[in-house]
Amino acid sequence: MAIINHDAELTRAGAYVTGGWSTIVFFTRRYPLGAVGALIVLAFILTAVFASVMAPIDPTATNARASLAKPGGVYLLGADFMGRDMYSRIVHGARISLAVGVGAMSLGCILGVSIGLMSGYLGGWVDLATQRVMDIMQSLPLLVMAIVMAASLGPSLRNTIIAIAIPLVPSVARVVRSSTLSLREQPFVEAARAVGMGELRIAIRHVLPNTLAPLIVLATAQLGSAILTEASLSFLGLGIPEPHPSWGRMLSESAAEYVRSAPWLVIFPGLAISLTVFGTNLLGDALRDILDPRERT
Amino acid sequence: MANSNVPVLAVRDLKKHFPVKKGLLRRTVGQVYAVDGISFTIGVGETLGLVGESGCGKTTAGRAVLRLTEPTSGTIEVGGTDITHLSKGDLRPYRRQMQIIFQDPFSSLNPRMFAGDIVGEPLLVHGVSSRKERQEMVAALFARVGLRPAQMLNYPHQFSGGQRQRIGIARALALGPKLIVGDEPVSALDVSIQAQVINLLQDLQRERQLSYLFISHNLAVVEHISHHIAVMYLGRIVEYADTRSIFVRPQHPYTEALLSAVPVPDPAIKRQKRVLQGDVPSPVNPPSGCHFHTRCPYVVPRCKIESPPLREIAPGHHVSCHLR
Repeated sequence: MAIINHDAELTRAGAYVTGGWSTIVFFTRRYPLGAVGALIVLAFILTAVFASVMAPIDPTATNARASLAKPGGVYLLGADFMGRDMYSRIVHGARISLAVGVGAMSLGCILGVSIGLMSGYLGGWVDLATQRVMDIMQSLPLLVMAIVMAASLGPSLRNTIIAIAIPLVPSVARVVRSSTLSLREQPFVEAARAVGMGELRIAIRHVLPNTLAPLIVLATAQLGSAILTEASLSFLGLGIPEPHPSWGRMLSESAAEYVRSAPWLVIFPGLAISLTVFGTNLLGDALRDILDPRERT
Repeated sequence: MANSNVPVLAVRDLKKHFPVKKGLLRRTVGQVYAVDGISFTIGVGETLGLVGESGCGKTTAGRAVLRLTEPTSGTIEVGGTDITHLSKGDLRPYRRQMQIIFQDPFSSLNPRMFAGDIVGEPLLVHGVSSRKERQEMVAALFARVGLRPAQMLNYPHQFSGGQRQRIGIARALALGPKLIVGDEPVSALDVSIQAQVINLLQDLQRERQLSYLFISHNLAVVEHISHHIAVMYLGRIVEYADTRSIFVRPQHPYTEALLSAVPVPDPAIKRQKRVLQGDVPSPVNPPSGCHFHTRCPYVVPRCKIESPPLREIAPGHHVSCHLR
């Protein structure tokens, strides 16, 4: 009879994953790409938090003599046409992007999840009415809607977050609603009803957690698209007002005029945006698997 | 007990009709007569087997008894109290007395909850708020249904089908119910596992004086576990008697046909099979008179006009047929 090493097998299966370093080591081995994503996101967050330590030069200080300075020397990543340090602006720009990305995504998800859960769980005319409103919202392109909202609300950080969050709501609501529709008919929901559990509690305890898998992927994708939308809004002058550094506006200011003469003005903010979006997407994919107990064995 | 003569469950003329809605305005164009006036009682420590083919309304009947679906009419009495029209809040104490075990051991457990939390949830809902106390009770339940208390921290997908059904049973037992509705509780399991689960259910019945409403299409299983059997056809009970009478002296032609379809594990026995012709008619437009007349081998003109009442033709033996 073969001797089965249960401990080794269980460890591999993740049975002993309880938290701390072992968890991190386990998941890094299992999802190397997710770990890369996590590192990028972590670097992004740390950059945002410690921006003034990492880049002591004032991102808004102008210097006429350093206009369009090449990367290297004092200006690590060069300087823009007003002689502002690109490195410092990108590092401080992470703050804006993080605030807008996380803020808009959270707001959009909270609203979308509530609407989707209510719509799918209650059904009937509530569902019908909500879904038609969602239809109307989705028939407008995300960016157009954000532009209209941003223009009517006026440029500020808070308004930018709201303007980006609202167009994200319908897709979240859709995803949550469709999972809810099938989940509410499941026998385990029926079992909760049979013991006399309240409907709201059933919706939150039994239905909501089971809608998470597609939601997490969507939410991380939206974190990326929120950052991109902010960039687009700022590109159009509707986003974060001057003089705060925003990756999107840095792109827009330079793209037309300097892309040939001073390409670093376009390349570095562009890289920052792409890398962040890429990182969040990788992390989201891995998170979906990690948070699903079925995937652990 | 003072009122041991009061049945645990008494159902009278229970009906559940589902409206059929069509068109843009969702107008009701017809009714599905899923359950069309059934009556039965279950005594303390007794099992009633509810049998019938797919779509005859037996699952709907079980759900209506627990008020998981609202009955259209009729009454449901639990321990002598009419619960048919109780509000959600007033119904809660009675929920403790009646629980359900589902057919599918996969979808009846929330995949994102620990097995222990699934079993402990009814306790939480009914006010056992101390986590430690709950866990002790859950551990005892796990041990009772043949699971290791150490498995409380496992997720449902880590169990086999039979083990999951044991989790479902433990959840149903958690509140100390008097009645358990088993909606095809062993139909999704392997034959060897079926026997284990049935034995467990029978042991629990003896030990706790449980009553079962055992819904199944498997006559062999029903014969083994039930004290009484009700045979359903298209939303109505056509025959209702104690298990022995049903199997030895079936009176309704439908029951006869069902019994002749049960395989006998002996090739030497040659039996005359009565194979029914045709399909079950749609419950949207059930046949006039006796629902069974379209397939009955003994049909007479009266069957097409007049619906036969459920009559007692021998002590405790009820049949709904004009010819008996």
